[in-house]
Amino acid sequence: MVSDSFQSPYVPNTDADRRAMLDAIGVDSVDELFADVPDGYLNYDLDLPRGLDELELGRYAAELAATNCVPGEYACFLGAGSYRHHVPAVVRQIASRSEYMTAYTPYQPEVSQGTLQTAFEFQSMICQLTGMDVANLGMYDGSTSMAEAALMAARITRRERVAIVDSASPLYREVLDTYTQAPGLAVDTISASDTRIEDGTACVIVQQPNFFGYMEDLDRLSKLARESGALLIVSVDPVSLGMFKPPADYGADIVVGEGQALGVAPAFGGPYVGLFACKRAYVRQMPGRIVGRTVDTRGREAYVLTLQTREQHIRRERATSNICTAVALIALMSTVYAASFGRRGLRRIAELCYHKAHYAASLIEGIPGYSLPMRGTFFQEFVVECPLPPSEINERLLNLRIIGGLDVSGSVENGMLVCVTEMNSREEIESFAKALGEFGGGG
Amino acid sequence: MTTLFERNESERRLLLMDRSRPGRLGTTLPRLDVPESDLPDGSMLRDDLELPEVSEGEIVRYFSQISQLNFSIDHNFYPLGSCTMKYNPKLNDEIASLPGFSDIHPLQPEGTAQGAIKLLWELQEYLNEITGMAGCSLAPMAGADGELAGMLMARAYHLERGDDGRKNVLIPDSAHGTNPASAAMAGFEVVSLPSDSNGNTDLDALRDSVDDNLAGLMITLPSTLGLFDTNILDVTRIVRDAGGIVYGDGANLNAIVGRVKFGDLGFDVIHSNLHKTFTQPHGGGGPGAGPVIAGPRLVDYLPTPIAERGERDGGGDERFSLKRPPKTIGRMGAFHGNFGALARAWAYIRTLGREGIPQISEDAVINANYVLSQLRGFYDLPYDRSCMHEVVFSASSLRREHGARALDVAKRLIDYGIHPPTMYFPLIVDEALMIEPTETESKETLDFFIEVMKTIAKEAAEDPDLLHDAPHNTPNTRLDEARAARRPDLRWRRGSE
Amino acid sequence: MNPEGLKYSREHEWARSDGSGAATVGITHFAQDNLGDVVFVELPDVGEDVVQFEKMGEIESVKAVSDLYSPVSGRVLERNEALTDSPELVNDSPYGDGWMLRVEVSDSSEMDGLMSAADYTAFLDAEA
Repeated sequence: MVSDSFQSPYVPNTDADRRAMLDAIGVDSVDELFADVPDGYLNYDLDLPRGLDELELGRYAAELAATNCVPGEYACFLGAGSYRHHVPAVVRQIASRSEYMTAYTPYQPEVSQGTLQTAFEFQSMICQLTGMDVANLGMYDGSTSMAEAALMAARITRRERVAIVDSASPLYREVLDTYTQAPGLAVDTISASDTRIEDGTACVIVQQPNFFGYMEDLDRLSKLARESGALLIVSVDPVSLGMFKPPADYGADIVVGEGQALGVAPAFGGPYVGLFACKRAYVRQMPGRIVGRTVDTRGREAYVLTLQTREQHIRRERATSNICTAVALIALMSTVYAASFGRRGLRRIAELCYHKAHYAASLIEGIPGYSLPMRGTFFQEFVVECPLPPSEINERLLNLRIIGGLDVSGSVENGMLVCVTEMNSREEIESFAKALGEFGGGG
Repeated sequence: MTTLFERNESERRLLLMDRSRPGRLGTTLPRLDVPESDLPDGSMLRDDLELPEVSEGEIVRYFSQISQLNFSIDHNFYPLGSCTMKYNPKLNDEIASLPGFSDIHPLQPEGTAQGAIKLLWELQEYLNEITGMAGCSLAPMAGADGELAGMLMARAYHLERGDDGRKNVLIPDSAHGTNPASAAMAGFEVVSLPSDSNGNTDLDALRDSVDDNLAGLMITLPSTLGLFDTNILDVTRIVRDAGGIVYGDGANLNAIVGRVKFGDLGFDVIHSNLHKTFTQPHGGGGPGAGPVIAGPRLVDYLPTPIAERGERDGGGDERFSLKRPPKTIGRMGAFHGNFGALARAWAYIRTLGREGIPQISEDAVINANYVLSQLRGFYDLPYDRSCMHEVVFSASSLRREHGARALDVAKRLIDYGIHPPTMYFPLIVDEALMIEPTETESKETLDFFIEVMKTIAKEAAEDPDLLHDAPHNTPNTRLDEARAARRPDLRWRRGSE
Repeated sequence: MNPEGLKYSREHEWARSDGSGAATVGITHFAQDNLGDVVFVELPDVGEDVVQFEKMGEIESVKAVSDLYSPVSGRVLERNEALTDSPELVNDSPYGDGWMLRVEVSDSSEMDGLMSAADYTAFLDAEA
């Protein structure tokens, strides 16, 4: 029988190749090439499992994946910054083309026009969605986009306070705290109804729709920021911009957001793409990669990474950020997604989410013991005040193959944040409402 | 009459918005199966949204056509020093795309995501074992993000001890730009540390730089010169004796994986750019993942969350959960890191296992030294000693004698179908050409590359303009980058074509 | 190449006195040639003070950033707004249309410490 001794399928060198190369190098053994390692510090002790063949690993991975409860097989009403939307097959097909998937960062524009041109498409779409002048090629996720926007506002205004409206995501707020701790920026939590902010505030940050799904009064907050010389930073859900007016219409200076909703799988939290757009005047303070259009030596149009002097590889400790990732592949998915739906389709998706969420809310509001404590306009998420702790309800919902909304009882007593998108069928919504009625309904 | 091929060539560059025709759709629109509600007040709604209206076939042909303008690792050899462009296993992509991984929500109850959390826990354990460290957080979403996390951990460590005067971070002059940028974001002052004539850390300069203001050192091992710093034990001891934290940039872990452990050498915290050692499709610039891995002094400060394995309850199943380290610096992103990237690295380690992991470093180092040995004499070698996984040449003689710069050599390589090596980095090498073959390239590919490099050196002597005007065989010649930066044109505009 | 009548600093900036207490400031031909294609110039606002030999702004080429050091001390009277849209003026005409600031010189004796055109040319030769 043929031996099954281990050979990595990812390494072409055979022992004969190695021998030939070591001879050419002029050494007897590979150990001589590691002679610079101090004596006694070569440590081959490696307590790892043995390698699995493709059949074994495929089975093991499938087994792990199968222990997860998968939305789709379960009705799922979770949102809170990661949203389930239908992703057309064309998105995955194009993003898995190896010309995009296995290309390097486009530092060499002559052999990267595919990546660069799609990046230019992405920037254009983000500008069109947000109404802003310029956009970059993406940050790690929506939360780091927001934190980097706060640092950028501090650079522009030369101020050291940041005000954030208390209805923003608590997860995003934690990331803001991580990023602002070292530069020593004070973070003030304000209410959307506040009429003044601290002197010396660099920016007012607001999430739209807010963490609880409701629309904030951007006119008011914009005025509040302007009167104090602070910039307005708005963190958006891009799908909501299929129907709602963009932040630019309210005078936003920087618009950030989570791009995942545009064609990217929830994937247990990543990879996603942080959206980042701003007014033209601030472009040289932006973090991240930016692609621009220019010409080649023969006058033909082409695209190139530009304004690179902002970045770490040139400005080092004085760079606008340490980021050198562009999340280009995820940005490509969002670009193909937005192109597939187009102007009419994205509006349609936004309206579907709106109508379905409102249908769900109307059913739940009608159940004795349940209420909607918040007033105003919401998009696809809303908070339900439950008669029992949401954790208990969610546990019982799981038996019915329903993953309930997020427990937000830290913010609203017995509060559950419910998200409904086009992925939730009428049957799912009605079963969910019926189940809620059975768990503690009837007051 | 032009052919369809010619027409496609000329129209390839039309942007989606220029192809847009009112009424076209690229996908079917989902139906509404519930009663409509009243829409919000019209003053809140927009009617100005401009997005392309194109059919699905047009989308596919457009993106397929322009994809052909790219080099990629599936098509081309990238001897790209410091960036480690190696083959990305297809199985890993399939595993990451299993619906049980890709469709799960990050905020699902832990009991409904046990498989995913177990995967994270296993990956943490593997990374701890491979690097000889005590604990690991998979939260950072890129190498630079891991650096920021590690330096914030160093800051928190000093502050907790009341050591608020420790402001200085030493960084070798050969370092990646992310190191000083990350240290600055973590609130530190950057002090540049020179290298000695062999490319090692200059120990005298190091001793002169350590004082009560020392917060720590960020050092890449092997260095960005592709060299294993023979002074490394002295370096870590001097920094630790002075009360500083030793940060290891694990960008080059692929050179020593399975052979040398950072923990043994006195490092307090490192990050690993997973794509470089444990593969990840580069995606044209991302996404990546940059786990931060800590020794005993810093393990409690890791970013949240950490996957943990719970006690078996009375012979029942293991329980995996996401925990917050006791003194955590906080959250690096909204959720638990780039799970899709982490799943790929996990699959890679599971495939190679204990036998295959040391093969990465063995073949990476043999391949690089082979290229070094064959191109010695054709290009300058500023540090002529055994290298690790990459070798830094210099084109300074070519420039002096023939007026051909590193950039010209690099662009000429494109004409032979090879991606340029890293150029002008590290900054301390004049006309640097930094070459990293990786372990996934065959000797035949290396021999072809070596022949091409020799040919280009000859071309530089005989016809330097051939290099100056390169590349010749690409859809675009060199670009006017000054124009792009002077008059930024960053988005589509109506009528701009 | 380096015009007579101007004063030059070791950081490759020049100053031209207008005889009534103000000076025009820019960078030398050597400096612009070394930088390559200038793509952006960041200068202080009118009314701000600059200090001799201290940083007054930044100049960027495609892949480098350099600090600009003022050759004189004083208050900024005017800055060359044309550089915003046409930074290439610094390359094309470093002593003419590529000027950067007009400064109200606070201490005219500072100008005496700068080099003449001949001294600066000799300084460049020694540096090379």
